[in-house]
Amino acid sequence: MLEHYLSLGVKAIFVENMALAFFLGMCSFLACSKKVETALGLGMAVVFVLTVTVPANNLIYFYLLRDGAMAWIHPSLGQYDLSFVGFLSYIGTIAAMVQIVEMTLDRFVPKLYSALGVFLPLIAVNCAILGASLFMVEREYNFGESVVFGFSSGIGWLLAIVALAAIRERLRYSNVPAGLRGLGLTFILTGLMAIGFMAFSGIQL
Amino acid sequence: MSDKKSDVLLDPLFNNNPIALQVLGICSALAVTTKLEPSVVMCLAVIFVLVGSNLSISLLRSRIPPNIRIIVQLTVIASLVIIADQVMKAYIFDVSKQLSVFVGLIITNCIIMGRAEAFAMQNGPGLSVIDAVGNGLGYSVILLATAFIRELFGSGKLFGVEILPLVTEGGWYNPNGLMLLSPGAFFIIGIFIWMLRAWKPEQVEEEA
Repeated sequence: MLEHYLSLGVKAIFVENMALAFFLGMCSFLACSKKVETALGLGMAVVFVLTVTVPANNLIYFYLLRDGAMAWIHPSLGQYDLSFVGFLSYIGTIAAMVQIVEMTLDRFVPKLYSALGVFLPLIAVNCAILGASLFMVEREYNFGESVVFGFSSGIGWLLAIVALAAIRERLRYSNVPAGLRGLGLTFILTGLMAIGFMAFSGIQL
Repeated sequence: MSDKKSDVLLDPLFNNNPIALQVLGICSALAVTTKLEPSVVMCLAVIFVLVGSNLSISLLRSRIPPNIRIIVQLTVIASLVIIADQVMKAYIFDVSKQLSVFVGLIITNCIIMGRAEAFAMQNGPGLSVIDAVGNGLGYSVILLATAFIRELFGSGKLFGVEILPLVTEGGWYNPNGLMLLSPGAFFIIGIFIWMLRAWKPEQVEEEA
């Protein structure tokens, strides 16, 4: 059992890295990777929100939306298949969760709250968050798996953005061709990093 | 067509391209471009959602309370994506399977939110639709060009029709596997941005 979770986690962190293999969360990945500090803040916020939203959406999918999922409320409700409103409910859950997480942090851990700052509300529209929920539904993870999957895909994303930010900080003093400066070079860097991460492919624990 | 309208339509193509300059909507641009067919479908879906959301948000703009506007916009966009997804599942199931989660991810495609927030909230429905079409086309230009290169050099085909006969099937072309993998997409878009900025030097970023 533990091995299964471990293998799922390693797979989500390295082999199927959210940012480098599926291109999810690219917008903020490219835009917020100028400094290691901001990258770390954003990455932590993503880990946090992913760990909360993927299991939450898992429960919603299995107990409300799936074909016949509502039979537990009343047998007559078993005939409904609400999976078509999936997108709307996932994004709603994510937006609500982000809001709740924000308020909770503000109330109980103000230090972390001020460290995450503006990134927390922004990640409601980060595709990595919605993407993880959609992958969870597509691969039919159960609750335990979805907790592991959410957490480790967040860690994978954090790893990728911090690494990219570190490389970009080092490149600040190098002489880059004018047209490639900024976005162009970042793309090529990300490509090289993706090649690096491909070395992990095929790893099974 | 008046100057303003044609500006709104044509600017996003090269002068203010959503992918190459505004860094919006990159996720899907990279993931679906291994083949041309899903890319075309993806472009159509994005244009449909973009036009629909810009039109409806521009019509509703004076009625949306400013402090809950993000939620209203997300709801409009998510509903349009559901429509697009259901239509695709009904008529082109194969392609919809290939696109997998990326249809759903149109919701978080920043181009759509960005245009709704930056343009449709301030402008009338007519102009907003033109803006939507322009940005949709700007997105499609990059997407289709990337898909063209990736499919042609990665598997020697265009729309699944053989163009360069592969070595494995007795032809002469040895396919470049890198094109089909994720790094290939990053390199191609990086080089596109370089080309675009070499052509239009005013888009070059200042040294930070």
